Amino acid sequence: MKHDVITETDQTISGAVHVDRRHDSAEKHVTGRADYCDDIAEPYGTLHAYLGVSTVAHGLLKNVDLSAVLMAPGVVGVLTADDIPGHNDISPTGQKDEPVFPTEKTEFHGQPLFAVVAESRDAARRAAELAKIDYDVLPHALDPVSAQEADYPFVTAPLKLERGETGPALEAADNRLKGRMQIGGQDHMYLEGHIAFALPGEDDDVVVHCSTQHPSEAQHMVAHVLGVPSNAVTVNVRRMGGGFGGKESQMNLFAAVAAVAAKKWNRPVKIRPDRDQDMTATGKRHDFVVDYDVAFDNDGRIQAVEGNFAARCGYSSDLSGPVTDRALFHADNAYYYPNVLLRSRPMKTNTVSNTAFRGFGGPQGVVAAERMIEEIAYALGKDPLEIRKANFYGDKTDGRNLTPYHQEVEDNILPRLIKELEENSDYQARRQAILEHNAKSRIIRKGIALTPVKFGISFTATWYNQAGALIHIYNDGSIHLNHGGTEMGQGLNTKVAQVVADAFQVDFERIKITKTTTEKVPNTSATAASSGTDLNGMAALNAAEQLKERLVAFAAEHWNTEPETISFRNNMVQIGKDAVSFNDLVRQAYLARVHLSAAGFYKTPKIHWDRAAGRGRPFYYYAYGASCSEVSVDTLTGEYRVERTDILHDVGRSLNPILDKGQVEGAFIQGMGWLTTEELWWDNTGRLRTHAPSTYKIPLASDRPREFNVSLAEWSVNKERTIKRSKAVGEPPFMLGISVFEALSMAVASVADYRECPRLDAPATPERVLLAVERLRNGG
Amino acid sequence: MNHRNEIRFLLNGADVAVRDVPADKTLLDYIRLERRMTGSKEGCAEGDCGACTVLVGRLHGGVLKYETVNACIRFLASLDGCHVVTIEHLRGEKGGLHPIQQAMVDFHGSQCGFCTPGFVMSLYALWMENPEPTELEVETAIQGNLCRCTGYQPIIAAAMAANRYGTPANDFLTIEREAIAERLRALDDGRRVITGPEDNRAIVPADVSDFADILSEWPNATIVAGSTDVGLWVTKFMRPIGPAVFINNLDELKSIKLTDSALEIGAGVTYSEAQGAIRKVFPHLDAYWDRIAGQQVRNMGTIGGNIANGSPIGDTPPVLIGLGAVITLRKGKTRRTLPLEAFFIEYGKQDRAANEFVEAIVIPRTEPGQLNAAYKISKRRDEDISSVAAGFSVTVANGVISDCRLAFGGMAGTPKRAETAEAALRGQPWNAATFAAAGKALEADFSPLSDWRASAQYRTSIARNLLQRFFLSHDEQTGEPVELLSA
Repeated sequence: MKHDVITETDQTISGAVHVDRRHDSAEKHVTGRADYCDDIAEPYGTLHAYLGVSTVAHGLLKNVDLSAVLMAPGVVGVLTADDIPGHNDISPTGQKDEPVFPTEKTEFHGQPLFAVVAESRDAARRAAELAKIDYDVLPHALDPVSAQEADYPFVTAPLKLERGETGPALEAADNRLKGRMQIGGQDHMYLEGHIAFALPGEDDDVVVHCSTQHPSEAQHMVAHVLGVPSNAVTVNVRRMGGGFGGKESQMNLFAAVAAVAAKKWNRPVKIRPDRDQDMTATGKRHDFVVDYDVAFDNDGRIQAVEGNFAARCGYSSDLSGPVTDRALFHADNAYYYPNVLLRSRPMKTNTVSNTAFRGFGGPQGVVAAERMIEEIAYALGKDPLEIRKANFYGDKTDGRNLTPYHQEVEDNILPRLIKELEENSDYQARRQAILEHNAKSRIIRKGIALTPVKFGISFTATWYNQAGALIHIYNDGSIHLNHGGTEMGQGLNTKVAQVVADAFQVDFERIKITKTTTEKVPNTSATAASSGTDLNGMAALNAAEQLKERLVAFAAEHWNTEPETISFRNNMVQIGKDAVSFNDLVRQAYLARVHLSAAGFYKTPKIHWDRAAGRGRPFYYYAYGASCSEVSVDTLTGEYRVERTDILHDVGRSLNPILDKGQVEGAFIQGMGWLTTEELWWDNTGRLRTHAPSTYKIPLASDRPREFNVSLAEWSVNKERTIKRSKAVGEPPFMLGISVFEALSMAVASVADYRECPRLDAPATPERVLLAVERLRNGG
Repeated sequence: MNHRNEIRFLLNGADVAVRDVPADKTLLDYIRLERRMTGSKEGCAEGDCGACTVLVGRLHGGVLKYETVNACIRFLASLDGCHVVTIEHLRGEKGGLHPIQQAMVDFHGSQCGFCTPGFVMSLYALWMENPEPTELEVETAIQGNLCRCTGYQPIIAAAMAANRYGTPANDFLTIEREAIAERLRALDDGRRVITGPEDNRAIVPADVSDFADILSEWPNATIVAGSTDVGLWVTKFMRPIGPAVFINNLDELKSIKLTDSALEIGAGVTYSEAQGAIRKVFPHLDAYWDRIAGQQVRNMGTIGGNIANGSPIGDTPPVLIGLGAVITLRKGKTRRTLPLEAFFIEYGKQDRAANEFVEAIVIPRTEPGQLNAAYKISKRRDEDISSVAAGFSVTVANGVISDCRLAFGGMAGTPKRAETAEAALRGQPWNAATFAAAGKALEADFSPLSDWRASAQYRTSIARNLLQRFFLSHDEQTGEPVELLSA
């Protein structure tokens, strides 16, 4: 394959690789003509399902009386666990700890207990409120600390990463600090909530349209719940109105309910929770409580780190195993720990089961690493950036290139990246000016921070690192492209189509982008872990290369020339001295009975992971980035404003710089939201009270930095042979938001003359900021 | 009276007459489910995300004006005589993409695309009124639109560049404006509308005296003005609201009058409609006004409604109480007035009889020596409900505080004056110590709640600190900024 050849872009075709190309659906987005699942025309007779949920956080289901539900106007019937023909289980990792509907007890406030099916969504929604459920209420634990105190179990096996010996290093160190950091979770707040729409077919068949990042899993879950083979179930998704990890496993419930109801009544069934139910009944980013113990010398160089990462996993495992693993994988962020011992504590809690969210535990690990850097800086009276530089990974020559999981860091570009950002953002002069400002200003204090990110790319479940694609060339020369990835706004379809356009050297417009469906590419992985383009781009390229090979072989024979003389260029094919249009070649090939359809496949090389031993190479490569943010804080109220952010981010050799830049900007803002205004708040009964945009506050346009400079590291080329030497971009820039958090911390620290690390917990709401200011002013 | 039983309006290019409109039928459900116009999206059904944003054009004093609204919480019955414009109607000068749409495409303003139609509608409304906006004006126009993908930068860039793609003068709604106004005038037959099933009646009064009559006939009718709160009773709590009387079209409740002594605002005046007068008469409220909800809600919600619903965390009561506002309540043809703070009796209870309605708000003009301030503290700066809101008015003569009003929202079950703290200021010299003492005195006035917006400790701290901010920002010695700038 030619993917590892670094070529200059040939711009004779439209939509070539490495050029800015707008999202393929942009015109449909702006006109409202892009169809989402809820926009699909409903066949006559469509029914609507709605979930009935529990109103206690933990309790035995003593009596479930649905008679009033059944009597309500428009109701066709109800679904309970008894109506499930196959398995009452939708646990994505096979732990059998997540029923569609529980039968004996409810384990979180808002847990779906049954579904009602009615002639309209409104009727179903109203009827769902009428259930009379008696509970024997049990004690509950909502957070990882109270869960540990109550001896709650782990939801999944914890992970330990260990290298060197931390005990003696901690004892012998010049300096040692222990601390605890609370890190809040985050709701995805995709603008399009969960939805599934099932159409029954003959025999066991059912087709489910679903807003999902993981059609294959939805397919397998529906089959499992219906008790039918996977080949009876088709799952389709054209696009999602945002995913961010929230639709990697959480759509299973909705797909299963819609499908069971559709088969039971033999009518199309749609289910769409309202925003409140979407936010209370589906999982979020894991909250963590991190206890750290760090030893360092007088220059701020880390000698040993011990960390305990306790997570609010919710009532079931879902993806908490790999999420908490990834937190540990990123608890080093960009820093070498000579001796290290990290443990995860995936705690069961009486809350909704937490799930994937952009970064997948990684951000929680990174923010904890940056907290330790801050601690060291304040303890030694130094600029945190100086401490960061002292601890960056080195290379083979200095032996400082081994991660806590024994993978060597071979592609570290942070020294150059940080140097460039430090210069371009004028960090040193601005920091000096801020120190001077703070010395004079009573009320408004400022802070600045420059933070790095290093993020490991690959699913840590090694078998997930595979992908398929399907390309047909029709005999008019038009190309039909399909692959296993899903479109949620990131522009995956655009990028993969660029790869195919580049392979055939034909215009982008010739390629039809089609919905993702389990009928065309089987056994796909979730579009997650930032892997969409890396995996599906390569699979599509593989399919295109197969087709090209066949076309070249045919042309060589037909035009009686050597294959080496044949090249694809600008919608034409040069064959020896002849040039024919791509369409003509395809037409001729068809007449000569050349197979014009190919299935492509890709699996990521080099990776392996032994979880029990805590050793291996879980990541194919790392993506890097850094951001520098300046904030102003009102120390009377805790209100703040981000004055300026500069970002330099590494996407390797970008397939589409403008789309990548959009990912970087959006991820930064989302990461900033996680650490600032986005607060999940449960009351004492275990009810989530921030469950809609009225109470859960994601960033607005006016929250973005007043000056926002975002650049890609154009000089970066992936050392590994990825698709066109690009790098994954979905998740890594999320962690750039940490610079805002640390800048807030500096502004707070100024009220005690930077003698003390403010130990802000996340999210740093105006309230947390003010209370930290008051704590520091009152002497800590 | 001879009434009509259907709601008539224009939907994009079409004349529409809908019979049997239940009180709680929303515009969004109507266009998506009954008309299958699926460009407008439901993101939250509570007026907070803007994915359902459409334009509503309405004749006001003979002039047709278009504003953004949230279709999810706007009731169909409230649209009698209006022109509803959805994303499906937009087009460019020569067909194809509208200038706003083309700019959004060219600047990569969409990623997942779900919020995009709503953004396009908000930016379209802005561009029609203000084709060369500042960045701050764009941000203000899209406070009510959430995007989770882009980080907003490309959307702002598109808005700033939109005028390069076409000018409002050549826009289809400009060109058709007179014809549409004519069609809307033709819809106005001056009749009361009664529609919907018996148990879910929607009533649209012909005028204010008809409204008063309706309340006599249906004393327990739900009064719906902007529906920014009542809309949520329906979409979130599925509460029945019928019979409901829709008063948003009553021009008589929309008067704004400035006299020598006061600004008088009709109860039906929306936040947007009031903003010009507020800015002129009470400049300290200008920036505060932009922090009331988002643009769509400001276009719908009324000051009268904000008062009448009795919420302890409404944005306008604290600042109006701070200014000494008085309200007029009307029942049939009789009227009474009372100080605004007296209207709020306790949480969930106001001094309003069943068949009585808030008719007007009278805000006394500022006296010489009177210093005013309005503060809102919230988790997120814009489009958020306050943790604490405050309206202060302090009169200083010869270095002594002669009078003051300190009103707070979010500190008690009602918007409330801090009487102990006021007493601590009155008659005292203008200095830091006086304000520190007043801050301390607040503890006797309030025992706030802890909830998801703020803890009691935080509320107590900021209430105290806002007094310090007030002193510092008005004291000549301060010599440095004491508040983050809004720009």
